[in-house]
Amino acid sequence: MTKKPVSEKKTKTDGHTPNGKAGASPQPGEALWRAQFEAAPKRPGANDRTISDHPLKPMYGPEDLAGIDYERDLSYPGQYPYTRGIHPTMYRSRLWTMRQFAGFGTAKQTNERYHFLLSQGQTGLSVAFDMPALMGYDSDHPRALGEVGKCGVAISTLQDMQDLFAGIDLGRISTSMTINCTAPIALAMYIATAESQGVPTESLSGTLQADMLKEYIAQKEWIYPPEPSMRIITDMMAYCSKHVPKWNTISISGYHIREAGSTAVQELAFTLADGFAYVEAGIAAGMDVDDFAPRLSFFFNAHSDFFEEIAKYRAARRIWARHLRERFKAKNPRSWTLRFHTQTAGCSATAQQAENNIMRTAYQALGAVLGGTQSLHTNSLDEVLALPTEANVQIALRTQQIIAYETGAANVIDPLGGSYYVEKLTSDMEEGAERYFERIAELGGVIPAIHAGFFQKEIADASYRYQREIESGERIIVGVNDFVQEEAEQIALLKIDRAVELEQCRRVADFRASRDEAAAARALSQIAAAAETDENLMPHYLACVRAKATLGEISEALVPVFGRYREAAVI
Amino acid sequence: MARPIRILVAKAGLDGHDRGAKVIARAMRDAGFEVIYTGLHQTPEQVVEAAIQEDVDGIGLSVLSGAHMTLFPRIKELLVKDGAADIVLFGGGTIPGEDVKPLLAAGVAGVFTPGTPMATIVDFVRRECGKRVGA
Repeated sequence: MTKKPVSEKKTKTDGHTPNGKAGASPQPGEALWRAQFEAAPKRPGANDRTISDHPLKPMYGPEDLAGIDYERDLSYPGQYPYTRGIHPTMYRSRLWTMRQFAGFGTAKQTNERYHFLLSQGQTGLSVAFDMPALMGYDSDHPRALGEVGKCGVAISTLQDMQDLFAGIDLGRISTSMTINCTAPIALAMYIATAESQGVPTESLSGTLQADMLKEYIAQKEWIYPPEPSMRIITDMMAYCSKHVPKWNTISISGYHIREAGSTAVQELAFTLADGFAYVEAGIAAGMDVDDFAPRLSFFFNAHSDFFEEIAKYRAARRIWARHLRERFKAKNPRSWTLRFHTQTAGCSATAQQAENNIMRTAYQALGAVLGGTQSLHTNSLDEVLALPTEANVQIALRTQQIIAYETGAANVIDPLGGSYYVEKLTSDMEEGAERYFERIAELGGVIPAIHAGFFQKEIADASYRYQREIESGERIIVGVNDFVQEEAEQIALLKIDRAVELEQCRRVADFRASRDEAAAARALSQIAAAAETDENLMPHYLACVRAKATLGEISEALVPVFGRYREAAVI
Repeated sequence: MARPIRILVAKAGLDGHDRGAKVIARAMRDAGFEVIYTGLHQTPEQVVEAAIQEDVDGIGLSVLSGAHMTLFPRIKELLVKDGAADIVLFGGGTIPGEDVKPLLAAGVAGVFTPGTPMATIVDFVRRECGKRVGA
């Protein structure tokens, strides 16, 4: 083999830019490596920045651990600040909960899907509601036209909720409900359904998303303005800490912030800032932080930049622990521990060559597991275009089972702990988040920052930058801007029949016809009156549901008191 | 010189996914168009009223809730009814390939499914709405 002179090499690598200039007579070790690295051509498309635009070095080394104190910054699993995991054993004693988010059509159709998922080894339920239920409209409201049962299951009445969980023992299953502005109604319906099954509320376990702050920031489903929404949430926290002690009252969500186009550090920072705002609201409402903080849980996105995501989860645990112990003076270690659910990134899935989404999902899910998630939803390959078919959900669930049982990833706790790269990224993430906390504080806190459009603009800027990187070819998305296949992919999609809407509207009408109209009206006027005072609204929500008031009616009853939120939209 | 193309970017229906709408709005603004954004959760009636009031050349509708087969035809119908059928209606979102043809048949001038480059949409608008400004 002959050695080519450098000048010839340069002409041979047309289109490549060298990494840098070679230094003179380097010594073995770091200097030699750097000289060799900088003399070599750079592969076109090699990114110097993460998917979130965070700058990267080509290699990390011992110097990147400088300033990290093992006991102080990492410590052992199950020990403050929980960087390496919240449990001493992590997946050695119990795997994460495999929880596929599901809901479509009528309650009866979704109930069948739940029975299927449970028969396939799923270990928790997760309810996806349709848009009208999420926005406070009954299925037969004019604004619900065309939306009934489309994005999730149509739930307007207590009967719908009872049908949703028919044949499922609510005392034995844990249920997550992704619902926000109408969360207290969903919770009241769930409690009333449990009562009808003879299950005491003390034994109910599950999670309500009920994270309104991220709605104003990213997901944009709302009824009332932020201030009354915060009051409703603190009412739920206070009620659950007494009556439904095993219930996670809020799932503070970064998922939607990321889906809206944020970077990883924005997802981390905005989500934790929301978490701190709920803690402050709870304390301001007169509760002790240790009465409610142990029931706060989190929900993060698992995006494609593998190591960045793992660092994000590790940083999240450390930041939460530090703020809860140092700033909010929580005494109970359970208040310090950040427990989280993860879902793979829907926004990373592509309609082109949709089968490739299986692979994307698998790597993202592995990242979540290596980051120590407590539960996981893996997206199905067809979710970019429609709700998933049963066959595609099965592949998604099997993906988790393969990670759990075949890859060995669950055998060792925090296997990437100590990696120069992952530890440095974890520290960078924490620093980046702290800088955002300062900016939010300067704006007067989360709610003033929402009113100022701060989060919305940060996210819009980041998503536009990302889209331009794709269009310029700076970032490759397989099947979209490279490795493109000409023929259109034909995958079978789940269809929601128009008949669903008609059937559901008839069910709602029948339900209203069957009730004591005066009792429903009385409960509705009582909740409106209570809203004028600082009485806890949760018992009133329950009274409305028991009196067979519908989700739309209960939502509407509070509008005269709380008003309706309007966003000042910025491009 | 022809005036700039005016576009109404609209979010109808109940879903709050405004990432795509905002990205496209910025791309069109960067292309030199005048862009007005309706904000979220608009009814078809509100969208058409805004389009007529703002005297736009085109409406770019974003739907990610699955309600596209209801919302697009309804907006087209209202445009015709209000004598504004010449406003170019186009849009995108999570729209399965098989729904594209029926939407085009219902009078939607362009349907852009996930992964469409921003430049493709900008070119479409320049071509279709450009006729209206006499460019």
